[in-house]
Amino acid sequence: MIVYINGQKRTLDGDVTLLELLEKLGLNPDRVAVELNHQVVLKENFSGHRLQDEDRLEIVRFVGGG
Amino acid sequence: MADTDILKIADREFNSRLLVGTGKFSSGKEMAKALDASGCEIVTVALRRVDLDDPNDDMLSFIDTDRYLLLPNTSGARDAEEAVRLARLARAAGCEPWVKLEVTPDPYYLLPDPIETFKAAQVLIKDGFTVLPYINADPVLAKRLQEIGTATVMPLGAPIGTNKGVRTREQISIIIEQAVVPVVVDAGLGAPSHVAEAMEMGADAVLVNTALAISPRPSQIAKAFKMAVEAGRLAFLAGIAPERKFAEASSPLTGFLGD
Repeated sequence: MIVYINGQKRTLDGDVTLLELLEKLGLNPDRVAVELNHQVVLKENFSGHRLQDEDRLEIVRFVGGG
Repeated sequence: MADTDILKIADREFNSRLLVGTGKFSSGKEMAKALDASGCEIVTVALRRVDLDDPNDDMLSFIDTDRYLLLPNTSGARDAEEAVRLARLARAAGCEPWVKLEVTPDPYYLLPDPIETFKAAQVLIKDGFTVLPYINADPVLAKRLQEIGTATVMPLGAPIGTNKGVRTREQISIIIEQAVVPVVVDAGLGAPSHVAEAMEMGADAVLVNTALAISPRPSQIAKAFKMAVEAGRLAFLAGIAPERKFAEASSPLTGFLGD
């Protein structure tokens, strides 16, 4: 299945939850926020959410800013 | 006096009137030391895409979130829709639903777009956010935002990162005069004298980032800014002597030596 993560096209094997994807990417689910197809996904829903073909993800984290 | 001069924003109270940004510091360690030296209680942060090639870059580990209120900004937003998305992402990441609303599409001056800012404020207030909007020093815009329920107004002293000081002095005076919420002078404040000036004018607080981050000694200048905010505020509350046209002698005009 094809998903887009932060504008990058990625191929994933079948059945992956959002939480599993974050872990695969080496990301701490407590330190990021995720938008799936322009909808914010709450942290508690990461493990229950199965990704689908053509899903567009924005994964952001905090950086310095004024 | 210090005990009762609390800064109240929305439903929260603060002792410090110096808000500090976290951008541009040479290291997380320097940033943490500067925040500590500044005595601030509110700290701004931004949101950006995770770098998939360097996933462990995490500045949040240098910020004690038990000590500081994290105030996410919507920098990077080019319009209201993006600002709203960023605010919601910050909230989902675990922040309090407070947001520094910043919509600055122009990359040369980073001036805030008043129309997109207003539109985003409407949506975010309805969505339960405490909104602190970054604006140009436009008294009419400031009034309109307060009418729809923003928690503060944050007029710029000068464009972000220019260190020019309170160049919008006349307009900020009017905003302060007419405000019913705290006025936070934000952006362009480059020296402690600038923040003292803003506080002497009656601003409720100031927000500083670049001036601390790019100083060769961030903690030291953070302390200077802390002192300047306190000095300016103390002077404002004490009553500052007005300007006069003519000289007025400090000593009596009688009892001079004779011939």
